[in-house]
Amino acid sequence: MGVAVRSTKTESGPIHYRYFMNVGPQHPSTHGVLRLIIGLYGEYVLSIEPVIGYGHRMHEKMAQSRPWQAFLPNTARMDYACCLPHQHCYLSLIEQHTGIKVPPRAEYIRVIAVELNRIASHLLWLGAFLLDLGAFTPILYCFDDREEVLDILENLTGARITHCFFRIGGVLADIDDHSANRIREFMRRMRGRFSVYHKLVTENIIFIKRTRDIGIITPDMARRYGATGPVLRGSGIAYDVRKQQPYSAYRDFSFDVPTGSRGDCYDRYLVRVEEMQQSLCIIEQALERMPAGEIRAPVPRTIRLPAGQRSFSVEGARGEVTYYLVADGTDTPYRLKVRSPCYANLNLIQELGQGMLFADMIATLGSLDLVIPEIDR
Amino acid sequence: MKRYIIELVQGGASLLAGLGVTLRALVAQPVTVPYPRKKLPMQPGFRGHPMLVRNPATGAFTCIACGTCMQRCPSRCIDITAARTESGTKYPARFQLDFTRCSLCGICVEVCPVSGLAFSRSFAMPHRTREACKYDLVTRGEEGT
Amino acid sequence: MDTIISITSAFTSVALAAAVIVGFVFVNATALGYIERKLCGRFQRRIGPMEVGWHGILQMPVDGIKLIAKQLIVPSHVAGPLFYVAPVLAFAPAALPFLVMPFAPRIQVLAMEAGLVFVLAVISFNTFAVFLAGWSSNNNYSMIGALRAVAQNISYEIPILLSLLTVVFLTGSFNLSRIVQVQESLWFVLRHPGAILAFLVFFIAAIAETNRAPFDLPEAESELTAGFHTEYSGIAFGMFMIAEYTYLFVNCCLATAVFFGGWWGPTLPFGQYSSCIWFFIKAYTLVFIVIWCRWTFPRVRFDQLMNLSWKYLIPIALGNLLLTALCTKL
Repeated sequence: MGVAVRSTKTESGPIHYRYFMNVGPQHPSTHGVLRLIIGLYGEYVLSIEPVIGYGHRMHEKMAQSRPWQAFLPNTARMDYACCLPHQHCYLSLIEQHTGIKVPPRAEYIRVIAVELNRIASHLLWLGAFLLDLGAFTPILYCFDDREEVLDILENLTGARITHCFFRIGGVLADIDDHSANRIREFMRRMRGRFSVYHKLVTENIIFIKRTRDIGIITPDMARRYGATGPVLRGSGIAYDVRKQQPYSAYRDFSFDVPTGSRGDCYDRYLVRVEEMQQSLCIIEQALERMPAGEIRAPVPRTIRLPAGQRSFSVEGARGEVTYYLVADGTDTPYRLKVRSPCYANLNLIQELGQGMLFADMIATLGSLDLVIPEIDR
Repeated sequence: MKRYIIELVQGGASLLAGLGVTLRALVAQPVTVPYPRKKLPMQPGFRGHPMLVRNPATGAFTCIACGTCMQRCPSRCIDITAARTESGTKYPARFQLDFTRCSLCGICVEVCPVSGLAFSRSFAMPHRTREACKYDLVTRGEEGT
Repeated sequence: MDTIISITSAFTSVALAAAVIVGFVFVNATALGYIERKLCGRFQRRIGPMEVGWHGILQMPVDGIKLIAKQLIVPSHVAGPLFYVAPVLAFAPAALPFLVMPFAPRIQVLAMEAGLVFVLAVISFNTFAVFLAGWSSNNNYSMIGALRAVAQNISYEIPILLSLLTVVFLTGSFNLSRIVQVQESLWFVLRHPGAILAFLVFFIAAIAETNRAPFDLPEAESELTAGFHTEYSGIAFGMFMIAEYTYLFVNCCLATAVFFGGWWGPTLPFGQYSSCIWFFIKAYTLVFIVIWCRWTFPRVRFDQLMNLSWKYLIPIALGNLLLTALCTKL
């Protein structure tokens, strides 16, 4: 291997000697099989070249070679940290395309499950981000809280990570009083935990120094790259699919869309922490106003997808998840395109990382909350 | 100079607050359990691999070996060999589940016209060979043995 | 101990002491490793090692045996001899500071006049080993880790020296047992405001000097995978770990002797051993605080680390030194 130094002569400027470093595909802070080829000048990053595709599993191809029902388990395996929005998106797309109406109770249950999943995902991110910054303890506290969410989700959906819970026209299981009480208990616990995180992380001077004014994404830049989710909101643009084009039952709930002011890592952190609180808020409202009724609409045994095109977007934990369907009248999609938020968010790092310190680049990469299997699909 | 000192004091205070959090954790009860010795209870809603349901009255499997689950399985991991009794009703002579491919989505249980499948509760199923992962649900008991 | 020293030559006693001290280094590193893992677990609301022995007490010896028994994997691109020399160089001098450490009035191998200077000189030797390890590994991660280590250690040597000089001004001696003796009535850290400040500076700088989190930049896991010891495996890696723990303990011992009154303390029901016990209680308390910090804070960035040293610690230590000097003169 050896120490790779390569020089590049710019047109007018001096010669820059680059010290090339491979971050990944096996590296503690790429959280998956992402590879970054980094050109360093001392501790400064001159160039970043992301290499993706190590975890490519042909999900989109699978979608167009099988009946649409068979793609349902796949939706849970792209974004493993927050899979229910993917499932929600896919099923809403099919339901809209075939004109199936979902009973309101089912939509409420979907919202609760998705928001719980969002909290679990943000907790995982919080721990992993702090790990990138070199703090080892918060991730264990996050996992402690996440365990509670996973227990609730396991009881509800039958699985801890790859939930296959939503079904065409509704959901698989109902939220009974026992489950509702458990969720309420979790909400109480979680609300008390934020002060711990604030003391341990938010107010910590080292954390502030490591993230304040680091990795600033201007609103213009975020728009240019098509960033969505907390990354976009951290830059001060209040774009949330749940608000902008309310789907499912989100019209019924009042919640804020937290935004940052500077667009740095610290803002993205604050946005995600606040989002967890908003998710708790949504769950609380959903539990209170849960309508009675069916949890699954009666659907015909075989559903063909009418010829035509349609897309549907939901707000995932990392940003806007869009499924785009082209159907030709059979029960197998002609083409299914998945728009993953992480792919757009990852592209930011190329421009963002230039001129940064190496450690800041790692912090910025962590703050983007990338789930690599979702990018590779 | 004033800012310098304020930053120093506030920064120091925030560090002490962080130390307080971890100190409280130090004296608190650990939340982990020593796994093989102590096991956490399974969630009642846990859904394991599919298993065949028996008719409580006769003790026979309710499965009619119609093959719907075989068709609808996304991973195509079910293989049924049907047989007929003397009276002419179909029953599964062999119901093979290839657990290396099963994604536990539960679609087979859902599409069964006679509710002949249910979710088992076994979850720790390590095997030494690939062949051992191919379960014959007809001979496999409820406890996964 | 008394009789042995009186009847044998100084050379034999030093050889004996060396054997005892090397043994102590191993035992201490093992104990600290266990304490750290156990404490880390509790800080994170886990239980830590539990399997080997009562409450996992034999975990570290077993791990040590595993490390020794493991094959030493040497990548083909390393710079041969230097790669082998580095871990030995890290480990060998680690035992030397104990020679002059005053554990108790009579337990000190060499009552060297310039004891303090000797300890500091030996401690800074570690930089050399770390740099050699990083350089000879011929690995991009190790290289950056090594460069960081050198810059970090050079910057933090200055505040360490300045803060210790404060106490030297107060006592007028570099002799460690003399420094301890002066503190009979009251520890320096309680007696003199300048000493409190000096201790804080020393403590922060010592954590940085021993490459412990939050200043563990040479081995910053999330950035450099394992930093300077990325390519080391088996006992070579183990030697770096033993050296790290030993230097950590040496620094805590130094702080105990210089700021916390060394062996002085209320009499314990252990007769002549009580002074030695006091020394270890104090030293291990400081070790506990270092471990506590490690499992609480995020890592600082490289330039911040430099800023902390040059903009905060050195000016503070320097001002403190001046004030203390003025106070003692007036």
